[in-house]
Amino acid sequence: MSNEFTKLFELIISASLINNFVFTRFLGLCIFFGVSKKMETAVGMSITFTSVMMISAALSWVIFTKLLVPLEITFLEIIVFIGIIAGLVQVSDTIMRKVSPDLYYKLGIYLALISTNCIILAVPLVNAGEKYTFIQSLAFGFGSGLGFALALIIMASIREKLELSDVPAPFRGLPMAFMITGLIALAFTGFSGLITL
Amino acid sequence: MEPVKKEHELLVSVSPHIKSEESTSRIMWTVSISLLPATLMGVYFFGMKALFVLALSIISALASEYIFQKALNRKIMVGDGSAFLTGLLLGMNLPASVPFYIPIIGSFVAVVITKQLFGGLGFNVFNPALIGRAFLLISFPKLMTIWTVPVSALTQLDAKTTATPLGILKEEGVAKLMEVFGNKMSLYQHLLSGNRAGSLGETSAIALLIGGLFLLYKRYITWHIPLSFLATSAVIAWIFGAKGEFFAGDPIVHLISGGMLLGAFFMATDYVTCPSVKNGQILFGVGCGFLTMLIRLKGGFPEGVMFAILIMNCFAPIIDRSFKSKVFGAVKQDKAKETRK
Repeated sequence: MSNEFTKLFELIISASLINNFVFTRFLGLCIFFGVSKKMETAVGMSITFTSVMMISAALSWVIFTKLLVPLEITFLEIIVFIGIIAGLVQVSDTIMRKVSPDLYYKLGIYLALISTNCIILAVPLVNAGEKYTFIQSLAFGFGSGLGFALALIIMASIREKLELSDVPAPFRGLPMAFMITGLIALAFTGFSGLITL
Repeated sequence: MEPVKKEHELLVSVSPHIKSEESTSRIMWTVSISLLPATLMGVYFFGMKALFVLALSIISALASEYIFQKALNRKIMVGDGSAFLTGLLLGMNLPASVPFYIPIIGSFVAVVITKQLFGGLGFNVFNPALIGRAFLLISFPKLMTIWTVPVSALTQLDAKTTATPLGILKEEGVAKLMEVFGNKMSLYQHLLSGNRAGSLGETSAIALLIGGLFLLYKRYITWHIPLSFLATSAVIAWIFGAKGEFFAGDPIVHLISGGMLLGAFFMATDYVTCPSVKNGQILFGVGCGFLTMLIRLKGGFPEGVMFAILIMNCFAPIIDRSFKSKVFGAVKQDKAKETRK
């Protein structure tokens, strides 16, 4: 039992820090750059993203193991997962509009763009590929969401700090955001080799 | 008309009105001087090659700064010593055996990409010298990990290569380390004096301590970051340092080997890239110590100081935000909205 817990813990740490999707695989960058200008939108997106991620990881695990595998149609996994994610994003879109209209308008197009985010599709695919159990899939989804949230919050705090600085004109805005991401990724290589799964 | 005499001139200026001798360039040059003992020990142990690497990295750092500022029509700030210090720190973090282009590339990355592109001194998020070194370590892993045996003769050009004490500790364990250095006292002696393989400026623990204490005495750095950094590392090394049993590790070996002292006194305390709130600084130091030991004991690299400081640099803006002082009497925005209703 303790072995199982260790495995879950390692999965979460590995997905959030060591193999952070943004900093080591450079996935999900469109939302990452889009909403990291302000801390408020970054935090809102982190929460939405992590919850969508966990629910989609859980749902797609159930559909994959209970439907696709018995029927031997696992080659349809990408289409099925995209369908699940798109549905979930629509749901969260509707909920957000009702619950927090303010944040809904601030996130704007990026809320709908979650459905085409690479990380959110990568997680169910990795779960299916690695044959994780239900709990492990949830842990992996949670870790990936946490890692994305961490990346967003670090990035937002740095970009807000840079608002006041005299960045050379050609590098203002997006180019500088790419540079910062590269440098953070450089720092995060220090984690490599910490946990080998 | 007769020119107005200076002593009758009425000076009108905005605050602050208290004048002091301190300035950015004075601080930078003082820190550079405090690094002098360690630099001299490095040159003494690693010979002319060390001097060559240091000179090259300092000159190319100054040149990068000058060319960048000239090209962008900015005020030339080469004289303020920050580029000199960056070059010096980068050189001290390189092995003495690197070929000539390594310090040049490193200095360019440090000064132009890490500092100037972010808006110049005062705006960089990461420590320039460390980013320079991390960039080199990832790009040239082989060249950056050829460690030479210290030579006492300044003119000797060929040197034998060996592993650093931390490298031996990681790959082969404590027993092998004792075998190489004889006994514990001899190991400490080698580590304190700097007669061991490693980056050319990080080896001499005593010289670094002298420099660090000098900075503390001059109050250019405060105790918060170095103490919390070293204390956290020592405690973790003591508890988890030995394989298989708890509370049997040797904290002293971990403290005086690798880049620990150089990092704790000179790099983590960089004003620009560490949090400016005192409580935040303690958290920053604890984080650095924790990550250093995590990477040393569990990670893929033998030495973790550089990555630990860089990772904590990422978190410094958040730490500053969360520790900022509460405004007295201010009402939270949500509450303010509610009362308006």
